[in-house]
Amino acid sequence: MKVYTETVVHSAPEAYVNEAPYQIAIVVRDDGSRVTGRVLGERVVIDDQVELAETRGGVPYFTKRNQ
Amino acid sequence: MVARYPDCSMRPVAVIGLGKTPFGAFPDRDLRSLAVEAGSKCLENGQVKASQVEAFYLGNFAGPAFVGQNHLAPYIGQGLGFDGIPATRFEAACASGGTAFFHAWAAVAAGIYDLVLVTGVEKMTSQTTPRVAEILASAGDVAGEMKAGATFPALFAMIARRHMHDFGTRREDLAAVAVKNHANGARNPYAHMRKVITIQQALAGKPVADPLTVYDCSLVSDGAAAVLLAPLERAAEFTSKPVRIAAVAQTSDRFALDQKDDITTFPAVRRAAEQAYKMAGVGPRDIEFAELHDCFTIAEIVALEDLGFAPRGQGGRYTSEGCTLPSGPLPVNASGGLKAKGHPVGATGVGQICDLALQIRGEAGEMQLPRHELGLAENLGGSGASAVVTILRAA
Repeated sequence: MKVYTETVVHSAPEAYVNEAPYQIAIVVRDDGSRVTGRVLGERVVIDDQVELAETRGGVPYFTKRNQ
Repeated sequence: MVARYPDCSMRPVAVIGLGKTPFGAFPDRDLRSLAVEAGSKCLENGQVKASQVEAFYLGNFAGPAFVGQNHLAPYIGQGLGFDGIPATRFEAACASGGTAFFHAWAAVAAGIYDLVLVTGVEKMTSQTTPRVAEILASAGDVAGEMKAGATFPALFAMIARRHMHDFGTRREDLAAVAVKNHANGARNPYAHMRKVITIQQALAGKPVADPLTVYDCSLVSDGAAAVLLAPLERAAEFTSKPVRIAAVAQTSDRFALDQKDDITTFPAVRRAAEQAYKMAGVGPRDIEFAELHDCFTIAEIVALEDLGFAPRGQGGRYTSEGCTLPSGPLPVNASGGLKAKGHPVGATGVGQICDLALQIRGEAGEMQLPRHELGLAENLGGSGASAVVTILRAA
């Protein structure tokens, strides 16, 4: 799975104000489908490989896969 | 897609009146008073009495969430002195105003009504910034991208990142949009922010969603705008300066950003532009000036490409080269755009029509452009799921 695009959110909506800044990314799954999720730990950039760390409340959380 | 449109028989329609409130933060004004002010000014401008208006079209994105009032069209219609006519609210996120305008035009073009009033309004500044972000986010996929923590700045930041990656668009190109629109807004007495900024300021702005800073984002504003429409053949009864609606097209596209194949283009805008150019019998090279939906700086860059003004991937360069300055070959957002004029969401699409018509009538004051007979407006909803493109020309 790899990062199609990403951003670090500084100005968060009400529900996530306490979590900012946080990174979100659109990730391309191995089957070609895409999903928007959070990135945990190290920041990622476009084309970085990621893996699914966990799913919380229906939201996928990804981490960078180190080569 | 509808097969007949735009090849169907229609009456030519004209804009015969304009009315706007200033855009800004107005703690003492409520939503209805803003809409009534714009609508009343518009009726007066078109020398039409409320009793002559046959239908009322309202563009509003989130009145129920921002101010707790629903059923807004008859609520505002009563304030305007309407009694018994159809009054309908249109919601298409940031394209709510353009969408109301499209449907008003369609009704007059079809011969259902002669005189209709279109008003767009939003009252946003009574909520806190995080609450505004949340209300705006409800125009995205609440169960998907927004649940992951996206905001509208975040969605457009992700578009910017990909555009930079695919085409080499630079951070400075985004800033050039902000610098230009701020300079233009400083000449607009109705603009929310009349402040000239430098490229260094734009680049050093407080981060909102990387790479976008506050200077890349449009303003949270209160305001309203209105236009009055009539069949072109009757326009001379009301005004010596009718403006012809040469074309207007409304389209839609995939809803969430992560459902699109390529986020660096808005297919809804491309489709609407194609229909509008065909209907007007013109191409992008004929357009003399434009009001584009710069909710974020990257959105103006993408719009330049989708509308055929700049080659694909080159919207940033086109901007940095000065092509969209008031003195350039295609002045864009001479009004200041959403960036400096302000973005009271439901009012924006109608405000763009007002700004085109002011230019065409030669009434744009300090903003007046040298070439001003054929103008285009692009109004975008969400992250591209709705779009309206309008072309106006001197009648």
